[in-house]
Amino acid sequence: MNASDPPQTRLPYRNFQDGVLPPNFCPSYVSSVKRAPRQPLVHLPQTISELTGPIFTPPENIRPVDLTKGSHGEALGERILISGQVLDEDGRAVAGTFVEIWQANAAGRYLHARDQHNAPLDPNFTGCASLVTDTKGRFAFETIRPGEYPWRNHHNAWRPAHIHFSVFGPAFATRLITQMYFPGDPLLPFDPIFNSVRSKAARERLIALFDWETTVPEYGLGYRFDIVLRGSHETPMENKL
Amino acid sequence: MTEQKNPESLGKAVPQGLSVTTYQTVGPYFKIGLEALYRGDLTQPNIPGQVIEVSGTIFDADLIPVPDAVLELWQADSFGRYMDQPEKNPFEDSFGFGRVPTNEAGQFRFRTIKPGAVQAETPARQAPHILVSIFMRGLLYRLITRIYFSDEPGNANDPLFRSIEPGRQDSLLAKGDPVQPHRYEWNVYLQGENESVFFDL
Ligand SMILES: [Fe+3]
Repeated sequence: MNASDPPQTRLPYRNFQDGVLPPNFCPSYVSSVKRAPRQPLVHLPQTISELTGPIFTPPENIRPVDLTKGSHGEALGERILISGQVLDEDGRAVAGTFVEIWQANAAGRYLHARDQHNAPLDPNFTGCASLVTDTKGRFAFETIRPGEYPWRNHHNAWRPAHIHFSVFGPAFATRLITQMYFPGDPLLPFDPIFNSVRSKAARERLIALFDWETTVPEYGLGYRFDIVLRGSHETPMENKL
Repeated sequence: MTEQKNPESLGKAVPQGLSVTTYQTVGPYFKIGLEALYRGDLTQPNIPGQVIEVSGTIFDADLIPVPDAVLELWQADSFGRYMDQPEKNPFEDSFGFGRVPTNEAGQFRFRTIKPGAVQAETPARQAPHILVSIFMRGLLYRLITRIYFSDEPGNANDPLFRSIEPGRQDSLLAKGDPVQPHRYEWNVYLQGENESVFFDL
């Protein structure tokens, strides 16, 4: 089956393995205490409703996105390049999926009314973009390395540098919102959001790899960030209700 | 996976295999990334059906409205069909996806075509419903729920709705306004006595 063809028989997606999903209720992440549900979740069988979702006709090739070009000039900070592929657990490319990215600027400040961090805004950096993966599930963008920023979760709390990612995947069941981190960030061991994920392997998947292939000589460092969505079961959909 | 060409970096490369990518919170500043796709009116001139409006409030554990949440919607058309074929722009060219934030008072509102009973499934067809994902600061994963409609007799035969314990079914029901029946109210309680039903998928 060509990855860009819509599946003729819709297969249910595999369950997440133990420890991979962060729990919604996580007291070290203070905002979760009043917002996360406490009742056990009710099992939702995967029906056609959960197995469908909006899908794009994928472009033949990557259309690179550039966040560094502002309306008055170049954004300030360290220019970086990020490339990756959206795949499923079986290694199949997820073509034609919509990806949104947003991030702080080099000084650790978001272009957002509620961000009161005393760091400068950059008139040439909005910190957001969207793209569609190509027929091989690939994407690439150029941006500014985001700064770390303080938050009020606990005394002297700082978020490690990160870029927010929103990925639709082929179905409602694969909808993903996550964050990409940078290798070697000294704040990672102290971050309650990153460490809410119990599985070490799952945490490490959120860290981009420094990548010579993506690095452009005399221009900018490159990072590789592959996003792996749930794979399908091999047996056709059965309704377990 | 990309091969690391520089021997210096070999020891530092994290073996990723094909383990699945996990979730992280959408955080407090999602608006800058997600606003471009806000869709509070799903209706389109060429999509037939009954136009309805659904509104409500999201409440936290202390019944304080949540002013920084975003809801995503996915639904069938009035014939119970999902429009999920690849499109140039599925958000513009086909029907079924919506995204709305809550306002300062924790309220959201969207206008859409009432979905039909979802077709051709065994053992029973599903009553009209809208799938909802909720994201906000304070949620590391997402909340998954469904909106059913209080005026649909088919709810009693819907396999999922029927499986919810009767005392909690109410949280899934959008209630039609007796005077303006095309308006529905559906509130979300994140915690407490009236905690809404949330699903694991
Ligand atoms: Fe952030």
